[in-house]
Amino acid sequence: MRTKVIMSAAVLAVSSATASFAEDSSDPIIIPTHNWSSQIVMSHVVGQIFESMGNSVEYVSTDSQAVYESVRLGDVTLELEVWEGAFGPSFEAALAKGGLHDVGDHDAVTREDWWYPEWTKESCPGLPDWEALNACAELFATPETGDKGRFLGGPVDWLKHDQERVDALGMNFVVVNAGSASALWAEVAAAERDKRPVVIFNWTPNFVEALYPGEFVEFPTYSEGCKTDPAVGPNPSATYDCGNPANGYLKKAAWDGMKDKWPNAYSVLEKISFTNPQIAEMAKLVDIDEFEPEDAAAEWLEQNEAIWKPWVEGGA
Amino acid sequence: MTALSTNAHHVDARHDVRMRVAQILLMAALVLTVGKGVLPEGLVRPPAWMVWPFADWINAFFDFLRDDLGLIHVTRAFADGVEWLLDITANLLYGKNRWPRLGPIPWSVIAITAAMIGYYLSGWRLAMFAGLTFVWVAVMGQWEWTMETLSVIIVAAPLSILLGLVFGTMAWRSAGFRMVLNPLLNVAQSLPHFAYMIPVVVFIGVGPKAGAIVTIIFSVPPMIRMTLLGLQKVPPEVVEAGHMAGATRWQLLRHVRLPTARTEILVGVNQVIMQCLAMVVLASFIGMPGLGQKLLQLLQALKIGRSIEIGITIVLLAVMLDRCSKAWATRQPEHIEKGTSWLIRHRLLLVWAVLVGVFWGLSLMFPVLHEIGRRDAFSLADPLDAMMDWVIMVLDPVTQWLRWFLIVWVLIPLRDAMLWLPFSAVLVFLMAVGWAVGGRRSALICLAYFGLIAMTGWWDRAMITVYTVTFAVFLATLIGFPLGIWGSRSESRARAVLLICDTLQTFPSFIYLIPVIMLFGVNDVAVVGAVVLFAAVPLIRYTIEGLRNVPVAQIEAANMSGASRRQTLWSVRLPLALPTIMVGVNQSVMFSLFMVIIAAFIGTQDLGQEMQRALSSSDVGKGLVLGLAVAFMGLMVDHLITVWANRRRKALGLET
Repeated sequence: MRTKVIMSAAVLAVSSATASFAEDSSDPIIIPTHNWSSQIVMSHVVGQIFESMGNSVEYVSTDSQAVYESVRLGDVTLELEVWEGAFGPSFEAALAKGGLHDVGDHDAVTREDWWYPEWTKESCPGLPDWEALNACAELFATPETGDKGRFLGGPVDWLKHDQERVDALGMNFVVVNAGSASALWAEVAAAERDKRPVVIFNWTPNFVEALYPGEFVEFPTYSEGCKTDPAVGPNPSATYDCGNPANGYLKKAAWDGMKDKWPNAYSVLEKISFTNPQIAEMAKLVDIDEFEPEDAAAEWLEQNEAIWKPWVEGGA
Repeated sequence: MTALSTNAHHVDARHDVRMRVAQILLMAALVLTVGKGVLPEGLVRPPAWMVWPFADWINAFFDFLRDDLGLIHVTRAFADGVEWLLDITANLLYGKNRWPRLGPIPWSVIAITAAMIGYYLSGWRLAMFAGLTFVWVAVMGQWEWTMETLSVIIVAAPLSILLGLVFGTMAWRSAGFRMVLNPLLNVAQSLPHFAYMIPVVVFIGVGPKAGAIVTIIFSVPPMIRMTLLGLQKVPPEVVEAGHMAGATRWQLLRHVRLPTARTEILVGVNQVIMQCLAMVVLASFIGMPGLGQKLLQLLQALKIGRSIEIGITIVLLAVMLDRCSKAWATRQPEHIEKGTSWLIRHRLLLVWAVLVGVFWGLSLMFPVLHEIGRRDAFSLADPLDAMMDWVIMVLDPVTQWLRWFLIVWVLIPLRDAMLWLPFSAVLVFLMAVGWAVGGRRSALICLAYFGLIAMTGWWDRAMITVYTVTFAVFLATLIGFPLGIWGSRSESRARAVLLICDTLQTFPSFIYLIPVIMLFGVNDVAVVGAVVLFAAVPLIRYTIEGLRNVPVAQIEAANMSGASRRQTLWSVRLPLALPTIMVGVNQSVMFSLFMVIIAAFIGTQDLGQEMQRALSSSDVGKGLVLGLAVAFMGLMVDHLITVWANRRRKALGLET
């Protein structure tokens, strides 16, 4: 199946390659993969598109924060999922040092915020409003937080400023930081058994949505300056008195040398753009249908030729 | 006789003085603690002038090495060499598109090769075990990942052995080199894995080569030590014989010394292999492909059953390689009559070649012998998941209570107390302990290690690490000690318990984290729980070994004088085994320190959490400073226990 896709695409690539000006280098394009499924499948999807154009591609698994240093040095060629909330700071820092650049946004928007699985709503019916959440704070209490509610945040290096928000909005919650995404999911899985109410940090698009339906808490809407200017937002004397932006960017980034070394692949990369449902579909193929990432990517490419073929055809 | 008694008297007097000084220091620590309210701020927490910017210095030093000295070109050239080797094994084992473009070798051929090696080294049983391990891997659909892992280990382990031999020999040759190397090895062996990885990312990059190099760095110290030990133990008579035969220095080393040191060197080889497998999961943080990477992905998606399958594979590989290398170590060189025909001398090789041919041919006809796709593979995931759910459901009521009790009544008070203590009181207290155990020298060593930790500016976080490790080792003792006593009662029990210990130790620790969170939630109880699982293993092992190795004559003497079993245990066997058991405690502390860093993935506020941050921001200086802080804790405990155990052994007349 996979070979078929590659073959058919290779024919396309050969017919169009005649029109291109420069040849791509025969060195492999190195695509980093991280530890969440949508990113891995997307990397393989893009990798197989490149392969269909005659490039050689290799995958390397790396830490999702440290990867920007590697892109900058050219150790890996590109990065397909730069989340505004989670990796914005690392990306900006690497951008400032030079060596990589922004290759445009996906259509998909990302949202990262406080989230609860749907059974939580049964015991706290006012949700998703944040004030209603605050009113049921004691439902979320644990031994270590006393009578205050516990909010389970992501690892500290994700820099979410949850504590600042709790303070700014005067919430009756204690922020506890989990050490990894797995720890967050393990808590939700454990809570599901006795339908215990929990509120954790979560994001979309994400495979958890398929396993445990739920909603984001609605905080005061994000507006420009809320995180830097105390005057913005409901609390006039504090920053971070708002939710995260509900439409964060999802970017692609590339090593500066890519444009010259693999011009054709680069021009395709510029056009690549996925939407939220497409990304969710990629994650589902692995997390629910139990495909291996490379098979999932081939499957996705086969089912969605209408989406990706124009990127390749127009590219040459 | 009189000389002996004055000597004993002298020792007693020294002991008394030591205890008196220790008591005075202890009082001082107590005074500092009680008087915290009136202490100047500088004695409660390290004052600003005491905190030195080590991280910045290290970073500046590394920048200098990398950019100004151009060391990066050297390391990258070395890495390219390693990569060339990795490409060959990667091509052969899983068909990566690199020279020599022959692979992938069919799984059935590799399985039969492993079986033949097993047969050659030890016989039918090992042959079956080695062959079936690879059958399991293939049938479970893990072939490609396992080959990715092995392709790195096959390169890393021999390089590590070679480097170990070279450095070990150099250390044996030159006392000066030994003096430099020894402390470096001590620190290297107590430095948490993550601390190594950051410089490797900076100097080497990411990917399989970085994974291989991190694995080499991690696995080489035991090889160096064992080589050195082996060479030092070579009897002078043997060397003399070599001289008389007119051997040159090189011949002497190659044909006399190294073969005589064979046993120790092969123990080192065995250690290297075990360490390589221990790094499989951790090295995937910097791009090592294969089982480890897959394991992390599966855990991230909460697929416990399938991660356990991978864990089983890693354990099977470890046991197989362990058995093979041990069989190799104990195997005596075969003696072959002169004039035996080539065919007979190499009959196993021929059988192997024929089998390879047969299976390769078969695999061309039946693709299932060439590769088993994930879709056709078996999976134990569903029953494993069901079992896991059941265990958690059964334990849940107990753990809910336990969690509440431990957090409210034990952990939070303990932790607050640790954080409340003035740092000066902690330092003086440690000096008191040091003085009691080993006099002034030990006291100064304790002060130096923890003083340096205070100077890093991470005091509060270090105290949280200390509190977690102390409590975990305490719990591990409560569990491991009785289990060890129980296990030492009979040979068969001992073997069963030790087998469980081995399995627990090689099973990838990351898998424990998820069930522990499901039982206890994200909090200190989960962290302590995960650490205890690991810390109990060496305690059980050394308790069993200590108790089983008590000289028989002593036990018989006790039996003859009519001691009951309980009396024999408490008054004869335990005191005699105590020095060995304390080595277990020492190991337990080391294991806890490693695990507490990994437990940062549950969620902690200690040094491990900062280490994770340092890794994700590639901050070499911070990572090394934090790593050294952890290493110093381990080294201090190591020093105290070694000094104590040696003295105790001497007093018991077990060793001189």
